[in-house]
Amino acid sequence: MSGGKKTWKLFLVYLVCILIAVATLFPIYWMFVISARSRLEVFLGPRLIQTSFYSPNYYRPFVQDVYGRYLANSLLIASGNTLLVVCLAVLATYAFSRFRVPGSNNLFFWTITNRMAPPAVFIVPFFLMFNRLGLRDTQFGLILLYCIFNLPFAIWLLKGMMDGIPKELDEAALIDGCSLWGLLFHVIVPLAKPGIMVTAILNWIFAWNEYLFAAILTSVRSRTITTGLAEFVTVIGTNWGEMAAVSVVCLVPAIVFIGIAQKHIIAGLTFGAVKD
Amino acid sequence: MKENRRQVWGLIAPTLFLMIFIGVIPVIYVIYLSAFKYNVFAKVPFRYIGFNNFRKLVFDTDFLKSLRLGLTFVALCCGIELPLGLLIANLLTMNFKGKGIFRTIMTLPLAMAPISIGSIWVLITNPDFGPLPFLFRKIGVEYNMGINANQAFFTTVLVDIWHWTPFVVLTFMAGLTSLPNQPFEAALVDGANRWQTFRYVTIPLLKPVILTTLFIRVMDTFRIFDEVWMLTSGGPGTATRYVSIHLVRLVLQSMEYGYSSAMSLFLLYLTIIICFLLLTFISSSREAA
Repeated sequence: MSGGKKTWKLFLVYLVCILIAVATLFPIYWMFVISARSRLEVFLGPRLIQTSFYSPNYYRPFVQDVYGRYLANSLLIASGNTLLVVCLAVLATYAFSRFRVPGSNNLFFWTITNRMAPPAVFIVPFFLMFNRLGLRDTQFGLILLYCIFNLPFAIWLLKGMMDGIPKELDEAALIDGCSLWGLLFHVIVPLAKPGIMVTAILNWIFAWNEYLFAAILTSVRSRTITTGLAEFVTVIGTNWGEMAAVSVVCLVPAIVFIGIAQKHIIAGLTFGAVKD
Repeated sequence: MKENRRQVWGLIAPTLFLMIFIGVIPVIYVIYLSAFKYNVFAKVPFRYIGFNNFRKLVFDTDFLKSLRLGLTFVALCCGIELPLGLLIANLLTMNFKGKGIFRTIMTLPLAMAPISIGSIWVLITNPDFGPLPFLFRKIGVEYNMGINANQAFFTTVLVDIWHWTPFVVLTFMAGLTSLPNQPFEAALVDGANRWQTFRYVTIPLLKPVILTTLFIRVMDTFRIFDEVWMLTSGGPGTATRYVSIHLVRLVLQSMEYGYSSAMSLFLLYLTIIICFLLLTFISSSREAA
């Protein structure tokens, strides 16, 4: 192959890659641009460059309106759910990994069906159940509910990690007179820490992103930021700048987590589709 | 040994209890409700009617239409995303500097909230100031998703492609990098050209990954809700009323809990059957490989 042909090929590869990157990033960029524009500027037509920044778009919804509380609710629910799921998953995964538990061979199928079932299917029973139990419009209700997708997923993710910890370590600790709790907290958890962190991050993102259940099961007190975002489009007209600003805030966790743990969360985001 | 068993159940009990409460009881409740006519505003709000809800479901043209629409959507999205993802994945596994950046960019749509993706595309397609209608006007096409049913349908397909092609790319990239080297060397020795190598070596080796990805994509597009809800709410008319949207609208508007439960149950079983068939197909093709 001659040098000139190779340069051409490389140039072509970069060109296509940049085109793909632009196609991926442009919608996100457009959201940022709109969030910096006042009502008047928005309707001046599709100009791509924005030099000024209209801060009331962020100030009004989050400080004057209720979106500050929605944000706090989202943070509370996502963090609470993550804490609950990780605690339960560590215990259950340890049992699945070390003892013969009936049904542990079906773990993968269980996880898959839980993730694949349309969430819309469950809104009727949950709506009626939560009404009866007084869990409707409470943060606690959503914290419990999000376990339905996140818990099997967390157990499935952690199991690979836990299987990698040699069994001899457990035995050594138990012979040294360590209780099961001591073993879990002083040996297993420190060793499985990277896996637990990845599980926690993914779990947090999923809980933060959830919309349908939050929309059906909350009304005023415990609305989340995603449901707040969906409320923006109204009959009397939408404040596009503010909607874009709320979208931006909704997006921040995704960007932060990709920044700190990109490599590790890809396997989780692609659902380990290529695990074996 | 006895001590051991108690410990095991102690470890699993909280998970088991919670999963029964939020995973098993709702399904039983749906089965129970589907045998009733349950409407809070009716004269007799709660009445046993046996299988009548299912009888109604089979002849419900709106529901059948949404099912057909949903399946068309699945076929179209998967039919575009998989070949496109395979091409891009091939491109990104080539050897050149800075491909890590492109991979990071591809991760971004996957971690975003689907509802905010919907709102982003609302901003892109807004007929007053969106760039997409602006471009279409340049070539003389009036683009308004709120009026034109076909445009609304293809916009949801476009959004799904934008959102999920990165997923396909990332899984295929992971699959491509874990392929063994030997078959490729053998193909090189035999004098196969690029296309022949791709067609007769890469594709067959990658088949299990392709099928798994297809499976996940089929299930995901079938149950799509958030993005489309934000973008069109199923409209205009019923142009983008896919199954999940149809069900949610039914629950919110008609309050027919019994009939909605029957529909939920039908969809749940449909999902499980599709799931089971695809998984069996995948594992049989893996054994053959």
